[in-house]
Amino acid sequence: MAGQGGFAFDLCKRNEFLEARGAKHPGFTKTGTTIAGIIYKDGVVLGADTRSTAGTTVADKNCEKIHYIAPNIYCCGAGTAADTENVTGMVASQLELHRYATGTQSRVVTAMTLLKSHLFRYQGHVSAALVLGGVDFRGPHLFTVYPHGSTDSLPYCTMGSGSLNAMAVFEAGYKDDLTKEEAMELVARAIRSGVFNDLGSGSNVDLCVINKEGVEYKRNYELLQGKTYQRQFPQRFAAGSVPVVHERVYDVRRVVTVTEGEPMEMES
Amino acid sequence: MLHRPPSHSAAIGPGAVPCLALPTPAALEQRQQLGAAQAPSCGAEAFTVDPAALAGGQPRKHTQYPYVTGTSVLGITYKDGVLLASDTLGAYGSTKRYKSFERLRKVNDVCAVGASGELSDFQYIMRLLEELSDDDFCMDDGHHLKPHEVHSYLCRVLYNRRNKFDPLWNSIVVGGFYGGKPFLGTVGMIGTNYTDEHVATGFGNHLARPLMREKHRPDMSEEEATALMHECLKVCYYRDKNSINKFQLAKVTAEGVTISEPFALETDWNYKLFANPAANAPGTW
Repeated sequence: MAGQGGFAFDLCKRNEFLEARGAKHPGFTKTGTTIAGIIYKDGVVLGADTRSTAGTTVADKNCEKIHYIAPNIYCCGAGTAADTENVTGMVASQLELHRYATGTQSRVVTAMTLLKSHLFRYQGHVSAALVLGGVDFRGPHLFTVYPHGSTDSLPYCTMGSGSLNAMAVFEAGYKDDLTKEEAMELVARAIRSGVFNDLGSGSNVDLCVINKEGVEYKRNYELLQGKTYQRQFPQRFAAGSVPVVHERVYDVRRVVTVTEGEPMEMES
Repeated sequence: MLHRPPSHSAAIGPGAVPCLALPTPAALEQRQQLGAAQAPSCGAEAFTVDPAALAGGQPRKHTQYPYVTGTSVLGITYKDGVLLASDTLGAYGSTKRYKSFERLRKVNDVCAVGASGELSDFQYIMRLLEELSDDDFCMDDGHHLKPHEVHSYLCRVLYNRRNKFDPLWNSIVVGGFYGGKPFLGTVGMIGTNYTDEHVATGFGNHLARPLMREKHRPDMSEEEATALMHECLKVCYYRDKNSINKFQLAKVTAEGVTISEPFALETDWNYKLFANPAANAPGTW
């Protein structure tokens, strides 16, 4: 599973060559984000908003930031969208092969170690800040993984541009031994805090509850910034809603003669 | 305001009395007129050195960063008035240098201000406000500066200094109670200003504002408002590096301004899952 050691510099020369020729470096879609996770009595609740931004434009109003790693492990990702999706997809594939080789359930620390060693190898250039959570035979786990490859093991954590807003809610509301409903409510509150107070986060709240029995993936658990008005197509105006200012009747029969006849032959 | 001869030194700004070190021809003439007997035999006229004259053509850089700083100030309105809160730390970079610095100050009976940022600039601002209040007191006609007037004055001072590329490096919160209505406003170091039902400076914007948005109502009682402030202060203390567990609360109501004695908040560092984070995964961190 380990690749060649060290950063691969092969493409750097090519990039320099292209930039010297005037080719503009393609911008990347970032997920200005609020992601959060909390350990409760029997498991883990992960939460994320659903806004994906490219500069100051919202690129995707309803993207999925909670990625599948294993049947018992999910990972929220903040940072460059391509990096988070590909790095979590890569680790998910590696873990699946590993499960076939060993025949046992994947452990959360395995996912964490694979992620951190990959990110460290790329020295922070793979811009993925992750909240990794899951339940294995040893119990619930929650880790944060930073783009440079460091990790923290915490009972509650937040990442992304809205992380301070969400962390304020956690610091005010966390206590030991939360129930599942309390944990879900607290995570939803934290993500809502990011959605309403951070410009990089928005739209909806996704939740993912993982415990020993299984996973509840609650996509679009809360819809927060939906359109308040839906236009009708075609527009229907009630009779009498438009005032008639001027009426003029023009009899077309004065200039047009209507005759019956055979239709013209057209080229087939 | 009492008349003050303006300073012509761009470096010093308005209101300072001393003249430049280089005597102008007029001053030299004046000295001659006085005669040797009347001119003091020792010492010289009060003067200040204009740093621009000594800089040798280089631009001034010492106004580009603050030295001793205060962190966030929080403010909310409630039913009977306004609450301001801050900690009492003057940090020198990452060092906790001055642990008993009052960053909330009374201006007059209807208004209080709090500041974050460079504390020496805050002391200068307090001097300006005290001069205004003293002038009002000496007039003795029952008038005092209203809170929105203090806010407006500070906006102009800060924006004016910003335009001279010599900003007063502060974010200020102005809280008051006048005409039966609470007033709460904020001014930034470049002159950005607004009024709102709850404000914060610095880190408080990210940590405290979301909690205020969730829980604040204009008709909160004093107990509810104090509880909300305590929660916000606690979160700011947990997550702001440059803060200490020693706070002050300033209350402005119809009865006047009271600034509390410094107090500490109960903090909890003992969550079970902090104790051994790697319990489920020995060998990791």
